[in-house]
Amino acid sequence: MSHEALAITLFLVFVGLTLVLTVRASRQTKDATDFYAGGRSFSAAQNGLAIGGDYMSAASFLGIAGIIALSGYDGFLYSIGFLVAWLVALLLVAELMRNSGKFTMADVLAFRMSPRPVRTAAGVSTIIVSVFYLLAQMVGAGALVALLFGLTGEAAKALTIVGVGILMIVYVVVGGMKGTTWVQIVKAVLLMGGATLITLLVLGKYGFNLSSLLSEAASQSGKGDAFLEPGLKYGTEAQGLAGKLDLISLGLALVLGTAGLPHILIRFYTVPTARDARKSVLWGIGIIGVFYLLTLVLGFGAAALVGSKEIAASNAAGNTAAPLLAEKIGDIVFGGVGGTILLAFIAAVAFATILAVVAGLTLASSSSVAHDLYAHVIRKGKATEKEEVRVAKISAFVIGAISIVLGIFAQKLNVAFLVALAFAVAASGNLPAILYSLFWKRFNTAGAVSAIYGGLGSAVLLVIFSPVVSGKVGPDGKSTALFPDGVDFHWFPLENPGLVSIPLGFLFGYLGTILSKEYRADKYTEMEVRSLTGIGAEKASPH
Amino acid sequence: MSSAPEEITVYEEVRARPEFAELRRRFRSFVFPVTVAFLVWYLLYVVLSGWARGFMGQQVLGSINVALVFGLLQFVSTFAIAYWYSRYAGSRLDPLAENLREEADR
Repeated sequence: MSHEALAITLFLVFVGLTLVLTVRASRQTKDATDFYAGGRSFSAAQNGLAIGGDYMSAASFLGIAGIIALSGYDGFLYSIGFLVAWLVALLLVAELMRNSGKFTMADVLAFRMSPRPVRTAAGVSTIIVSVFYLLAQMVGAGALVALLFGLTGEAAKALTIVGVGILMIVYVVVGGMKGTTWVQIVKAVLLMGGATLITLLVLGKYGFNLSSLLSEAASQSGKGDAFLEPGLKYGTEAQGLAGKLDLISLGLALVLGTAGLPHILIRFYTVPTARDARKSVLWGIGIIGVFYLLTLVLGFGAAALVGSKEIAASNAAGNTAAPLLAEKIGDIVFGGVGGTILLAFIAAVAFATILAVVAGLTLASSSSVAHDLYAHVIRKGKATEKEEVRVAKISAFVIGAISIVLGIFAQKLNVAFLVALAFAVAASGNLPAILYSLFWKRFNTAGAVSAIYGGLGSAVLLVIFSPVVSGKVGPDGKSTALFPDGVDFHWFPLENPGLVSIPLGFLFGYLGTILSKEYRADKYTEMEVRSLTGIGAEKASPH
Repeated sequence: MSSAPEEITVYEEVRARPEFAELRRRFRSFVFPVTVAFLVWYLLYVVLSGWARGFMGQQVLGSINVALVFGLLQFVSTFAIAYWYSRYAGSRLDPLAENLREEADR
């Protein structure tokens, strides 16, 4: 059996299993709380695994291992930012959000404000962040099928995107939050299992001596000790000051973005109490932290055993480093068949990873369309639960279909910046609004609306005028920006807007607040008491 | 969740209790300084990665250099703070919040 056939078989087993779980979940999904929040009945450990499954995207599994394999240490900077970010969620957001919200991020923001403008802003921001992120995953899926199965035709890529899109719609529409959560749990277990197995095999090859693995990676990379130090990819000496500021900017967006990502925030609603939300973040931190330690070994292992040249030849961004390493180490330890089996397994896991993440994103954005925009803005809170859930399902179809079409058309574009942009928007627009809303008594409607639109607008505008969209050239003098050679309208020197747009988001929120007279102390009292004690917080479904 | 007048009184009543002031003080006096500390610690790491490459490249043990140790310490500090906070919340915050909830139910 070829590795392609085996990988497809394993992937179909995953799809079959998750569809069974989804159908089972659909039988237990009776009301809006079930659909949006899984009945708030998941345990802390289950939700912790699902947080891991929601968060560890293909970008972090294949992408970070690839950056480490090609550029060494710099990939590790990403892992650290992605992990430390969870402390913001743990200390400042998770429990308070669980106590004061219901289904979406906007529930917390609109708690003591005029609901319509705030829900509109939060809904727009949720949809923008989620769809950017979704699109990047869809395009990644198309690229992955070509790399892993040797199917390079446009038709094969398009078909893959359609398939991924249909599956994610089915998970969300049929299974709601319960189905999506189970997909994420199964994926997290598979991903952790696969990554642990390969890491142990690689470390075993080097007698569990990290230093000898590192020195082999450094010598195979052809870059020597510099491969083990920061500076080969981000903030290189050649890029000068702008490059180094870009590094800080990226670091800020990573660490502050996570606690503003809507698809992560809605996971806190799936457990019975704030205490469980805290515990599930602890589980999440454990799982995600161990995973990033594993990717460190995977990346350096790929550099040492496969070699940077072969990895770069397979995919310029290094996205196939982990699968190639799986094949190589399987071959070394178990012989040729072992290599085929491990490669197939990791390829199937990579697809499972994409599916779990896109399902979470589709759920977050369709929930916001239905609960925020439809039920509260259009129907002014008069929609019944049934109508709301029906609109959520229709939205999942529409958002899924739009992502499929955009994903196919974006196939040839370099969309890596979309994930960075999603984090920047989340950190610049959503996080200031969330923190002000939870901790600042004076904060009001004008403040929330200006924080979201101001932060979101600054991040998007700065990216449009950054070298990522126009004017960036590779070492060969050809354009590596979104626009081709000859088009250059960039004036903002950094690729990541965070360093400027995050402070702007906080500033807009502050100015918007103090320039408006609205001040509702009574509602803040309610929110403060509720968020800290859980009095009046949404309860778990009885069934 | 509804803004019925009697419910507002419950919140205002709880807000006025000294136990609530204590809960709020314990929560804020933990999370604010710790957040500032880990953000500074993280930014120090990012800044050193950009501007102190000679230092970061110094080898500590075989091929293991300061940059790797510093990075791994970020993992250690993240795990430690998460564990510390859960212990703190379990012993210093949860009992107070629970008491206030029970009294409000009565």
